[in-house]
Amino acid sequence: MAQHDQSSAHHETPHSVSYTQYLLIWLGLVMLTGLTVALAGVDLGRWIIVTALAIASIKTMMVLEVFMHLKFEDKTFRLFVLVACVTLAIFFILTFFDYAFA
Amino acid sequence: MSSHAAEAVAHGHTHRDDVGSKMGMWLFLFTELILFGGMFIVYAVYRYMHQAEFHLAASELDRLVGTVNTIVLLTSSLTVAMSITAMQEGKKSLAMLLVGITIVLALAFLVNKYFEWDHKFAVGLYPGSPELSNKPQGVILYFGLYYVMTGLHALHVIIGMAVLAVMMGFMKTGTIHQGSYVRLEAGALYWHLVDIIWIFLFPLFYLLH
Repeated sequence: MAQHDQSSAHHETPHSVSYTQYLLIWLGLVMLTGLTVALAGVDLGRWIIVTALAIASIKTMMVLEVFMHLKFEDKTFRLFVLVACVTLAIFFILTFFDYAFA
Repeated sequence: MSSHAAEAVAHGHTHRDDVGSKMGMWLFLFTELILFGGMFIVYAVYRYMHQAEFHLAASELDRLVGTVNTIVLLTSSLTVAMSITAMQEGKKSLAMLLVGITIVLALAFLVNKYFEWDHKFAVGLYPGSPELSNKPQGVILYFGLYYVMTGLHALHVIIGMAVLAVMMGFMKTGTIHQGSYVRLEAGALYWHLVDIIWIFLFPLFYLLH
């Protein structure tokens, strides 16, 4: 694996994720899909949406961190993603203030 | 590595900023997040207002089709992620093959989606259909959201396929090579976003009943 000896911070040092690592993440994603489908057949009442969204969030984290390399990027990327997600969460919360307490 | 010298020259003359390029791509992805996020808010509000009807309407969807498509899309994300590792190792043909498989899987997703929509149309469940118009308001809203959200997602799948096809072209011509593959990374990031949107669409439309 050729590592470029760059003095400039603007050139990336390639971080290679192994095929095995990707395969394991994929396996985890497929298993979580199986779990969420299996749970859909169980009567969880109000918890059905909570568990479904929790599993979807875990899957998203796995895709973000490994497939999208967030784990290996500059910390700034993580901050960006956090800001974007918090912004969306604020939209949700403010909207629901309108409907839940109207 | 034989291209080292050529690269050094290239670095001397071009201002490359791979981190900046990727940051730009992420910023674009956030606009996509807000685009779909707005729709998820509409879904959440209508679901909150019409819970029973949403559950009823969701039972019309085929869980198996949705599950198969989820696995197809997850696998396509795997292959496109692997193509970056292949490119880092200088295995151009393998990288191209992996991106090619991603495009084929994307096509499989769309074909599956086509048959699914076709079946819905056949039983009269499409926006504005006489069959649907007689149903309760919540069911009409559910199917309106189903077509708009999965439709917009499918449009993203088509765009993603086009983007990945261009990346294959870049790999063939050598624009993307072992020393410079940020374009491939950006294309892959877009594809993973399409996957993430589906990770949420799937349980919200197919499983909640």
